[in-house]
Amino acid sequence: MLIQNFFRDGCKELLRGGWMYRLWVGLLLLMIAAGGGFYLEQLDQGLVITGLSDQVSWGYYIANFAFLVGIAASAVLLVIPAYIFNRKDIEEVVLLGEAMAVAAVVTAILFVVIDLGRPDRLWHLIPLLGRFHFPQSLLAWDVLVLSGYLVLNCAISFYLLFCHYRGRSPVFGRYFPFVILAMFWAIGIHTVTAFLFSANSARPFWHGALLGPRFIASAFVSGPALLIVALQIIHRIGHLRVNRSVIETLALIMTVSLQISLFFVGAELFTDFYNTGSQHVASSKYLYLGLDGFSGLRPWIWTALTLNGIAVTILMIHPLRRNLVTLNTACLLAYCGVWMEKGMALVVPGFIPTPLGEIFEYLPTVSEVIIATGCWAVGVLLFTLLVKAGAPLELGRLHRTDGEQDVVAANGPSGGPIPTSSAQ
Amino acid sequence: MVWNNHENSNMSDQHDVSTQSAGTVTVPDPHRRRLLKQLGIAGAAGTTAASAPAWGGSTLLDALGGFFQDQYQRMSPSEIEAALARIERKAKRDLGVDIHCDNTPPQAGVVFGYALNVSRCRGYRDCVQACIQENNHGRDPSSTAYIRVLELDHGQMNLEQADQYYDPETVPVPGKYYLPVQCMQCADPPCVKACPVEATWMEPDGIVVVDYDWCIGCRYCMTACPYWARHFNWKQPTIPADQVNPDTHYLGNRPRPVGVVEKCHFCIQRTRKGRLPACAEACPTGARVFGNLLDPHSEIRYVLANKPVFQLKSELGTEPKFWYFTD
Ligand code: SF4
Ligand code: SF4
Repeated sequence: MLIQNFFRDGCKELLRGGWMYRLWVGLLLLMIAAGGGFYLEQLDQGLVITGLSDQVSWGYYIANFAFLVGIAASAVLLVIPAYIFNRKDIEEVVLLGEAMAVAAVVTAILFVVIDLGRPDRLWHLIPLLGRFHFPQSLLAWDVLVLSGYLVLNCAISFYLLFCHYRGRSPVFGRYFPFVILAMFWAIGIHTVTAFLFSANSARPFWHGALLGPRFIASAFVSGPALLIVALQIIHRIGHLRVNRSVIETLALIMTVSLQISLFFVGAELFTDFYNTGSQHVASSKYLYLGLDGFSGLRPWIWTALTLNGIAVTILMIHPLRRNLVTLNTACLLAYCGVWMEKGMALVVPGFIPTPLGEIFEYLPTVSEVIIATGCWAVGVLLFTLLVKAGAPLELGRLHRTDGEQDVVAANGPSGGPIPTSSAQ
Repeated sequence: MVWNNHENSNMSDQHDVSTQSAGTVTVPDPHRRRLLKQLGIAGAAGTTAASAPAWGGSTLLDALGGFFQDQYQRMSPSEIEAALARIERKAKRDLGVDIHCDNTPPQAGVVFGYALNVSRCRGYRDCVQACIQENNHGRDPSSTAYIRVLELDHGQMNLEQADQYYDPETVPVPGKYYLPVQCMQCADPPCVKACPVEATWMEPDGIVVVDYDWCIGCRYCMTACPYWARHFNWKQPTIPADQVNPDTHYLGNRPRPVGVVEKCHFCIQRTRKGRLPACAEACPTGARVFGNLLDPHSEIRYVLANKPVFQLKSELGTEPKFWYFTD
């Protein structure tokens, strides 16, 4: 009964909101509709409407998938300080991280589904009913860890929010073990996703031990970048009070991760280009310099590296990192830089040249991009809705109304500038 | 030399013509192909049967039966019978052809192997043509082919220098040699390991097969294969009714649906009945030696024992059951 009320009140909350909120949701729905329309065409015609080919058999969809798994994993960057280092300021916003993780995992899974040639046969993946090739297939591992991560994060968030709703404080022993599990799981999802690529000895470009660490490092750039911007927006809109110290911690993590990430890129560049002759080098040459007159990704990767370079410079200068305008600029640059570098620039060169030495370039089609944009819109919408319904719960503004245990909102929403006081 | 120049040019001329008419892999310019693809022309090019929806074109009962169909290895004999009947009905509906689809089991004491004599291969691509006809490949320019013949410079083994779209007046071109590549039927196949739903596996006779009705089209196996032997049906393949080969096998050359992966299966529909693969039969130079690896008196065992043999990319440890040798 109470659970029903919980969901009913949550849904009611979703229907409330000013014109900005409605416009935003409407816009997202429009994008989803457009993507859905083109996806119907893909279902009808087959994946021929994409730019993919036997030569480059994974492209824009899988690139976004790899990137989004990173976003999902980086929720730990709020979870660890909140629960392990007992940072109260971060604990206040940790559920936003959970919401981001849930939205990102759902979107990542969506990207895999739209990439399938036969989504109607998805049930073949269900253990026993279908034939789940576990533990041999790394894709089976990925399915398992991603769905597990989704369940875990949903369960933790639900428990905490439901406690707030009932006006009780959560029982530490009931959720903490799962928080710890989710922490390791987060690193797990991204490692498994990296292994999905690096396991292929047929693809020298990915077949190296550095791919896993590179994935984690870049995830810890893109995740905080997104969080920093999202937290400020949520603070401005007045849903949740976000302490300045949270932003500063995230900015620091991002700085270090971006430095490490760029170092990894440099290390790979050295290994590839000091000695010519490895097979790895053909793909890298294609990516960075162009190969036999083909250089479709060259401007792409150099743009990505430039964006990351500017971002890291901004972040390393203390006054600039502390200034919200320059910090946000750096976040935007780094987010785009990582999306470009770890998305297309990581997936596509693995297929160029093919194992038989053919160079065949790939460019996503308009339909493909629109479908992918629709998927992104699903993720953003999901995040919006989760925050919209979750924030009042978290604040205690929304609680059970059957009169048993009313709790007065402790700290109301604040729309002013972010307070600079630190909780440390 | 068996073939003199005159014969060479005849062979290749004739070959060029057949290549054009059947419209196969030998599109010389990769750019053009990409362009076609992006414009969506390739998808729409002059097809009638392609207008059938992705998994439509069947009666409701067949559609339901197909949807709930189990994986091949788990099906009972009666379920397999029903599946085979569905395949035949669908071919009749979609292609207008009466085909026969069976599931001839592997023979006991047989593991197939293949060896190819590089010094005899002259790059005619007759094997490619024969394969396309035998295995009911789509017949438009963007369609797939299981065999790729690579043209390489003498003294060169770097595949990055290979050209599979060679299109000279006559083959062989002096100073070049030819290396046909197809699925190696690896004894330790990375593609099988990769598949998340066990839609691809190795049969007891050593053939790595795909259940086209179980594959979800994730294409992870294509990523895993070091020989670029797996191909995806980006759209519904189309075959003119008079070109359909009606003798088919469930795991072999039956018409494939859109959205699934396929690969060379050593002509399972022929070889399990004691015939040679179409490519071996078609090769005019006798470069291809096919046989039972478990039979000590087979020709392939003789080749493996007495000729200088090698495997492609043997360093990757997938243990191909396809060898190359020289005289
Ligand atoms: S050659 Fe490729 S498709 Fe064939 S068995 Fe080996 S890995 Fe699989
Ligand atoms: S494409 Fe089909 S056969 Fe290949 S890994 Fe995916 S499900 Fe398996």
